Amino acid sequence: MTSAIAVDRLEVIFDRFRALKGVSLDVQPGESFGLVGESGSGKSTLLRAIAGLAPVASGNITVNGKTLGARRDKAFYREVQMVFQDPYGSLHPRQTVDRLLQEPLAIHGFADGEKRIERALDEVGLGNGFRFRYAHQLSGGQRQRVAIARALILEPSILLLDEPTSALDASVQAEVLNLLEEIRRRRKLTFLMVSHDLAIITHMCERLMVMQGGEAVENLIANDLVERRVTKDYTRNLLRASEGFVRTAPEQISR
Amino acid sequence: MSGQTVTLLEVDDLRVTFPTRTGLVEAVRGVSFSLGRERLGIVGESGSGKSQTGRAIMGLTPPQARISANKLIFDGIDLLGVSPRQRRALRGNRIAMILQDPKYSLDPVMSIGRQIVETLRTHEKVGKAEARDRALAMLEAVQIRDPKRVFDLHPHEVSGGMGQRAMIAMMLIAGPEMMIADEPTSALDVTVQLDVLGILDRLVSERGMGLIFISHDLRLVSSFCDRVIVMYAGKVVEQLKASELSQAQHPYTRGLLNCMPKIGADRHPLPVLDRKPEWAA
Amino acid sequence: MSAEATQSRRDWLLSERPASRMQARLGRAYVAWRRFSANRLAFVGLLIIIALLAVAALAGVLAPYSPTFGDLKNARLLAPSAQHWFGTDDLGRDIYSRILYGSRWTLYVVVLVAIIAAPIGLLVGTVAGYAGGWTDAILMRITDIFLAFPKLVLALAFVAALGPGIENAVLAIAITSWPPYARIARAETLTVRNSDYIKAVQLMGASPFRIVLRHIMPLCISSLIVRVTLDMAGIILTAAGLGFLGLGAQPPLPEWGTMIASGRRFILDQWWVAGAPGFAILIVSLGFNLLGDGLRDALDPRSGDQ
Repeated sequence: MTSAIAVDRLEVIFDRFRALKGVSLDVQPGESFGLVGESGSGKSTLLRAIAGLAPVASGNITVNGKTLGARRDKAFYREVQMVFQDPYGSLHPRQTVDRLLQEPLAIHGFADGEKRIERALDEVGLGNGFRFRYAHQLSGGQRQRVAIARALILEPSILLLDEPTSALDASVQAEVLNLLEEIRRRRKLTFLMVSHDLAIITHMCERLMVMQGGEAVENLIANDLVERRVTKDYTRNLLRASEGFVRTAPEQISR
Repeated sequence: MSGQTVTLLEVDDLRVTFPTRTGLVEAVRGVSFSLGRERLGIVGESGSGKSQTGRAIMGLTPPQARISANKLIFDGIDLLGVSPRQRRALRGNRIAMILQDPKYSLDPVMSIGRQIVETLRTHEKVGKAEARDRALAMLEAVQIRDPKRVFDLHPHEVSGGMGQRAMIAMMLIAGPEMMIADEPTSALDVTVQLDVLGILDRLVSERGMGLIFISHDLRLVSSFCDRVIVMYAGKVVEQLKASELSQAQHPYTRGLLNCMPKIGADRHPLPVLDRKPEWAA
Repeated sequence: MSAEATQSRRDWLLSERPASRMQARLGRAYVAWRRFSANRLAFVGLLIIIALLAVAALAGVLAPYSPTFGDLKNARLLAPSAQHWFGTDDLGRDIYSRILYGSRWTLYVVVLVAIIAAPIGLLVGTVAGYAGGWTDAILMRITDIFLAFPKLVLALAFVAALGPGIENAVLAIAITSWPPYARIARAETLTVRNSDYIKAVQLMGASPFRIVLRHIMPLCISSLIVRVTLDMAGIILTAAGLGFLGLGAQPPLPEWGTMIASGRRFILDQWWVAGAPGFAILIVSLGFNLLGDGLRDALDPRSGDQ
């Protein structure tokens, strides 16, 4: 079976900074794959490189069996869509929800726009009452739902999720995570999800890759984390940190 | 629960009201609690009034807002009754505050060391050499490994975790008795976050400081603090010992605890919070 | 209209749940209008501009005399009186009538310059800002060349090359006033270029042309409108300056700057000949400035959308 996403020894260089140092990755169709790491680990850069938003220095990215060049064509964007981290920054401040959702349809020349917009809003649980609102009239969770609707409206098979809930309150986060899971089940989507939170990744993904400093630390399945079957110290540290604060003797605090 | 007998701060029926175009908005609606030499957590989601509570105690509420309280007493001093000048003297000297992002709280054009020295010298009469020594000692106390180097760096030259430590050092140099930390670790990576918390923790237990720790992260607060106050829509819905969080009574607290994904808990879909209008009433 | 109907209409406009595109747009405009009209001075500015428009439209009805033919025999250089409100000039023409007709030329200049210069500046600025690299460098160096000369001097050079006349004056002013707009549009573009919402549109597969035209330009327009409005006073003054130097509107056209020029010979004895059009320029410039300030408060995206 061809992989949904295959990344082979990918290098990304910003100016002279090597943000990704030869990272490889393989995501099967219908799978949900997680990327975990702290800031500067290159997890978001990897996601953006796949989307065509980061300068690839060397290496290959293959999506659904097609190797991507430096330029992405329109067909690519109908296969792959992305949801950004900050729901306050990813919606155009001067456009209504309606206009936001119409844009991809207009670009790709869909005729049944009205129906699709209504369906997309229903699917993310917003309904028509939100259709003519501006971004500033929405709460954080509602904005993220709109962003998800926008990503879904072209009916992609792969969704790239860049910390989609880290800017949201815990209760809203649960709602959005549930929504994402439900959509994935219904549409048989492939997820590639970035997060700094191990708990979210184990909740959402079957397999994951731990990253640090632009390199892959280790590949795990979600169950490994549950059963603490990790081999690298870095992962162990992350795992410990995710359990909250543990009072220790002073000399043991420093890393 | 050592030191609970001393009351550092007493808050009774604190209210903060903002005038807006559409009328008055009450951000904090009658919050009451007391703080001893302990770690007190205030938890709530955005808009719960947790930050405004901290700011009101600190005297950093925007001027257009109105504050009222039956009691807002810090160590026998009525904070609402004192002059702005006395308030300023208290701030930084006896009460300190750390904010979420050190980038916005540190002066970008002054080296970290100088900022700490200046802070010290505005509150105490000390010589330059002594101030420098004490600043270096403070940097060391917040576990900056190479204090001499960091002393001369500017805020943009250090990482987020380092900046937050420098901020803590600056706040602690005057030896405050009470510290308000508003999401001090939310902008940091998880592993760094724990380091910073470790530093705060040690300072509280060594210096006998009272700490108000404001955060949205219930899990973190419950593992770090002695007591937790849960706020919703400007009100305190529950006060409890952190160790008894699992026996929380209020449906909001329980919902908040429940809705977070946990490693090993296979719950699909996650339980969501069903907000009841009576919680806000 | 009953108070109730007013209230319900306001609620409809301010609704958080607009039911149609139209309602959303009107609601947004209404919020901007409320912010604008809360500024008393801006409102005065708006009234001045409305008055200018009305005067220009109705000059034929309002003017008691012909603007171009005077009574040379009996009415030369008369002081202001009940018959000639602003007096008469050296050719016996009624200055009040000339000023009323002159408002048409002022509007003509201002509107044409805005229509020509603003889109050029917007296009150059957004394209340079979005494309970056060489395109940006070349477009911005051209802009810098234009900015390096004082506006009036450059306009003078153009008029000298094109020949005097009001159309050429308009063209010259337009050519010299677009660079600041390009700068503003570019600065604005740079701040939004790397935002996630522009990234999101790129991920829709939108072409750069479409992104600039439909997503970036609308964000630049409000600050541009403010700037153009504030510049209107300067445009009027430059036009008047060209007219004064004899390179703009040619006599007997009742253009305000030209009128001042011809009145300068009598400025000590018959002050009204130059004073009246000068005062008209002052009032209209003030009006545009006040309006621009008000628009800045009402339209500035940074002042918060809440």
